[in-house]
Amino acid sequence: MDIFLLEALINGVLLGGVLALLSLGLNLIFGVIDVVWICYAELIMLGMYGMYFLFSVYHAPLVLAAVVCIALVGVLGVLLHLLVIAPLLGAAPINQLLATGGVLFFLQSAATVLFGIEFKNLGLRLPVLKAAGMFISYSRLLAFAAALIGMVLVYLFLSRTYTGAAIRAIAQDRQIMPLMGVDSRRIYVITSAIGGGLAGLAACLLVLQYDVHPFVGLTFGPITFLICVLGGLGNFGGGFVAAFVFAEIISLGGLYSDLEWGYVLAFAFFIVMMFVRPQGLMARRS
Amino acid sequence: MRRLLPWLAGAALVGLPFVYTSPYPLHIMIIILIWSFAYTSWSVMGRFGLTSFGHGGFMGVGAYVTALLWNKAGVSPWLGIPLALVASAALAVLVAYPCFRFRITGHYFSLVTLALSGIVLQVITATRDHTGGSLGYTPERYQGGSSLFALQFGSKTTWYLIALAVWAGGLWVWYRVDRSMLRYALEAISEDEDAAAATGVHVTAEKLKITVLSAAMTAVAGALYCQYQMFISPDTVSGISISLQMVFAVVVGGIYVSLGPTVGAVITILLAEVLRISFGTRAVGYDNLVYGVLLVLFIIFLPKGILGSLWSWGASTWPPKPPNARGAPA
Repeated sequence: MDIFLLEALINGVLLGGVLALLSLGLNLIFGVIDVVWICYAELIMLGMYGMYFLFSVYHAPLVLAAVVCIALVGVLGVLLHLLVIAPLLGAAPINQLLATGGVLFFLQSAATVLFGIEFKNLGLRLPVLKAAGMFISYSRLLAFAAALIGMVLVYLFLSRTYTGAAIRAIAQDRQIMPLMGVDSRRIYVITSAIGGGLAGLAACLLVLQYDVHPFVGLTFGPITFLICVLGGLGNFGGGFVAAFVFAEIISLGGLYSDLEWGYVLAFAFFIVMMFVRPQGLMARRS
Repeated sequence: MRRLLPWLAGAALVGLPFVYTSPYPLHIMIIILIWSFAYTSWSVMGRFGLTSFGHGGFMGVGAYVTALLWNKAGVSPWLGIPLALVASAALAVLVAYPCFRFRITGHYFSLVTLALSGIVLQVITATRDHTGGSLGYTPERYQGGSSLFALQFGSKTTWYLIALAVWAGGLWVWYRVDRSMLRYALEAISEDEDAAAATGVHVTAEKLKITVLSAAMTAVAGALYCQYQMFISPDTVSGISISLQMVFAVVVGGIYVSLGPTVGAVITILLAEVLRISFGTRAVGYDNLVYGVLLVLFIIFLPKGILGSLWSWGASTWPPKPPNARGAPA
């Protein structure tokens, strides 16, 4: 097999891990609260700035910075829920979508005003792994591993704890669970915190590979939505598979042409899949 | 009086540039009219619950097809704009038909159209050898500067009148839709698709009609913007932020009233200009900061928009009812 092809395939898998993490957060929020956070990628952007300031400006150790960052974005998620989503829970779905779109504008421009439009990075060069003539960067490997660990932790939390069971139950039936004695408001807040925390984790991983600037969210945001829709909104397994499919298309498309064409191919694939499987890759036929 | 009011307002608007010739306010008026038309185009379908985040894509197609045809093939915008319109409508069918056929509604529809915005933006960026990518693109100036054939005019008054005519045309389309059977069909669909289908409404066809209409109008707005500004870039006519901006302005102005999008355009553009003038270059980002907060506040507290809320408030309090209205003879 062609060595470049193999390298692109491996990089695709590594990218897929991070995309899967991104889509997990969004799917969790949608599955449980039935709201799409259009501004999800902007939370990641803020997390990346958090990492930049903690690590490069205040010289905190990397791991500590990452933990603080995850907690901070988790708090942001809770704030977003309490300030914007909670008053709109009864409103039309479109209004919720638009309100989080407003938050997107707000966060983007807040970052522009506060941090300026310059590209910033951690100034941290992780070594590149050379194996069998291929170049795989450690930052990607680290991101992949951390994303997998994060997803396993969320999975264990959802499947092994009482609160996790309540979250899954709410996702299945929003009306009945409050009657069963589950405080849905508390569950929503917890879910928002987890969703935010996942965005924070994604931010810590992405900042190792990408420069941060106020509009960096637009790079990841659309692709995350597409993955979620492709996998079926709220369908965790579908999102996971779709993330890897997407990542491979982008990575292989980028191998044969520019990176943008990889994205164009992925988008086109998405539209075609909408013809074929409108309810998502993993949907059961009803 | 009520019948006469639109005509008087129209006459005043037409007469304005001959009385008041200061170029900067005129430029702002032209920009407001063009965007008002674009927002009206969005609201034509947006008011029926078809929240598209893909109109930035249609606008980009309108602008880039017109400009590319002119620069590469020397096709006059008089032919180029209809072609751009067809291209945009075809794109709308390509995306919207499977959506409607397979009943992708609500969130799903919004996210699929969001993907469309993303695609158009990425295609423009990826074909940078032809479109200039994110650096933008400029239609070539016709020799003399102003030319009817090239649809390029130096005079702002001419542009103002063109933009005014197109904007009025947009409002006319809005009213035609408002008075048509299509409107009732679409309102039924937006409330309950199954029930609408059961009463004999062809759900897919009706939705497709309004989407194609809206996409074609948006393409005209894009082409007009391109011809007026003589510079387009993916950030100013296409992409997700433009799509969101359209939705935002319409929601602020009022999604269910004809002049709502116009009011939205006036407010958002004036806000951006005032902030730009008062803060200068330091204001980068301030306008969107205010937009974002306003959008959230509007959705929570004033979901009908400014004009919509004024309208329904006005309808309930004006004309003032006499205290014994019930007993009074009609």
